[in-house]
Amino acid sequence: MPQSFAPPPEFRVDAEAARAIVAGPWTLANLGPLFARRPALPACTERWTLDASRLSSLDTAGAMLLVRLLRATGLGPGDVDFTGLREADLRLIELVDARSRDRCEAGEPYFGFRAMLERMGRAVARFATQAWELLGFVGLTMTTLAGVLVGRAKLRWTSIVHHMEETGLDAVPIVALLSFLVGAVIAFLGATVLRDFGASIFTVELVSYAFLREFGVLLTAIILAGRSGSAFTAQIGSMKSREELDAIKALGLDPIELLVVPRLLALCVMLPLLTFLSMIMGLVGGGIVSMLSLDISAGQFITRLNEMTEIRHFWAGMVKAPVFAFLIAVVGCLEGLKVEGSAESVGRHTTASVVQAIFLVIVFDALFAVFFMEVGL
Amino acid sequence: MSAMPDGRERVVEVRGVVSRFGTQVVHDGLDLDVYRGEVLGVIGGSGAGKSVLLRTIVGLRQPQGGTIRMFGIDTTHMDDAERRPIERRFGLLFQDGALFSSLTVLENVRVPLIEYYRLPDDVVDDLAMLKIRLAGLPTSAAHKYPAALSGGMRKRAGLARALALDPEILFLDEPTSGLDPLSAAAFDELIATLHASLGLTVFLVTHDMDSLYAVCERVAVLSNGKVVIADTIDKVEQYDDDWVRQCFLGPRGRSAARQAEWVASLARAG
Repeated sequence: MPQSFAPPPEFRVDAEAARAIVAGPWTLANLGPLFARRPALPACTERWTLDASRLSSLDTAGAMLLVRLLRATGLGPGDVDFTGLREADLRLIELVDARSRDRCEAGEPYFGFRAMLERMGRAVARFATQAWELLGFVGLTMTTLAGVLVGRAKLRWTSIVHHMEETGLDAVPIVALLSFLVGAVIAFLGATVLRDFGASIFTVELVSYAFLREFGVLLTAIILAGRSGSAFTAQIGSMKSREELDAIKALGLDPIELLVVPRLLALCVMLPLLTFLSMIMGLVGGGIVSMLSLDISAGQFITRLNEMTEIRHFWAGMVKAPVFAFLIAVVGCLEGLKVEGSAESVGRHTTASVVQAIFLVIVFDALFAVFFMEVGL
Repeated sequence: MSAMPDGRERVVEVRGVVSRFGTQVVHDGLDLDVYRGEVLGVIGGSGAGKSVLLRTIVGLRQPQGGTIRMFGIDTTHMDDAERRPIERRFGLLFQDGALFSSLTVLENVRVPLIEYYRLPDDVVDDLAMLKIRLAGLPTSAAHKYPAALSGGMRKRAGLARALALDPEILFLDEPTSGLDPLSAAAFDELIATLHASLGLTVFLVTHDMDSLYAVCERVAVLSNGKVVIADTIDKVEQYDDDWVRQCFLGPRGRSAARQAEWVASLARAG
């Protein structure tokens, strides 16, 4: 490579003679030090002569520095005499001069209190629009569901069964394992606290109340929000970004009926079933820990469970499952439909879908808890 | 550096390159030269391996055989670190610009400048802006994100990034595909202008007969894994090969040739 042996670029000014010498390679690779020295052309009443006879090479970066140098004293390439400049280099300088006349007017970035207020305002406004959109979408989905009931819209059985397998059956191992582990952890927790009071036997109630009322459904909902809600968003979102949704509409079909309703129904069926599985596995986990470390035998555990835990706790947990399923499916599908254009947008909406779904699930769980407490369930 | 008898320097030398995907042979001992300062058009049917050739030359793909020399240096089996100084010396424009979607156009063009050189911030900004203007984009486009640009503008932004390091050779992968005829013609003109004013060598892979006639000094035809002919467009038109004849003497080739003649006659008339 020739330029690596070349001498550094030079810029020398002889103000007396109104002469400046430009020499060496004025190329991007060699310009760093030259830029850093901030060379300047002093003001002068005479017409400057630029001697470029020893200029070995010039590229757009070098030409730009030269143009900046001239411009700093209010001159253009036409206001100086070049000597020894190659024809091609002169054309390059003129081109660069012409194309760099208008500087970039960057949007003034600002920080501090006002920026913070603005961000907060935007976030609140976005939250409001999101809530509004979600409500609108819930309405739209409900209308389509009603259409299915009265026979105006078709129910897609193949699609429903496919999604039941994907969101339900395929999630069985992970839901079962995690519930088992959490059940075991709760039993350990109960064991350490309750043993001090000599009330180890209450571990059975702890595990059964926790799993039947709360953890079974909450764990399942959170796992499915991360597993199926995100999958809904990604599937619908990538279809949207490839204009498949527009194709569906152009064929006279309804994307809600075709894509959203089957996913929604599948999740509404599978989430309660998985919740049931989760409750059983949680109890099994708790039972095994009780057996191994608390000397509560399996028979004792089951008898105690039978005697002390009423069936209403099971229903208090179970009744939440379809509601959570509805929330997860609706949020997942809506975020998918909101995708625009690029693949980046799919990723962003998938994240948003999981966050919103988990947020809503926990908020609704809290509302349910307050409600059940008020009605004494 | 190796030179032609008439003294033109070879910037890229491809010798006996073999490329295979499984059992499918794309290049079978392919030879090609690119000379300094020329615009070389590479044409061939779909699947003839034009884009694969480009990717092989720039080192995104290892050939199964043969050698590639760039600027007289054998780059065939270089590792990433050895390749880096070579990579600074060429620019590459991907089919859809391949802009970084999380950065604005200006930031996209700044990336190579910041990564390779230590320059003051305002200088980098000015340089990046200059490249954007050279690529024929308005200054207002500089602060937009790629998603907000049209296809033609994205390609111009990609070109601005490819020009950022003042490359000696520019590789263009079907720059006019997906553009409307007017934008495509404008892009051809832009390439011709940059070639003339910056003294660039251009390696242009294309499907577009209009581009071939409008900007290319030499045309290489890829067929059956080899370069069938690489010569000026008049000579290629006369070449005796089925694909070449159908392509250049077919309706699209003829209309492109007529248009090129018409433009040339306008230029002669003043």
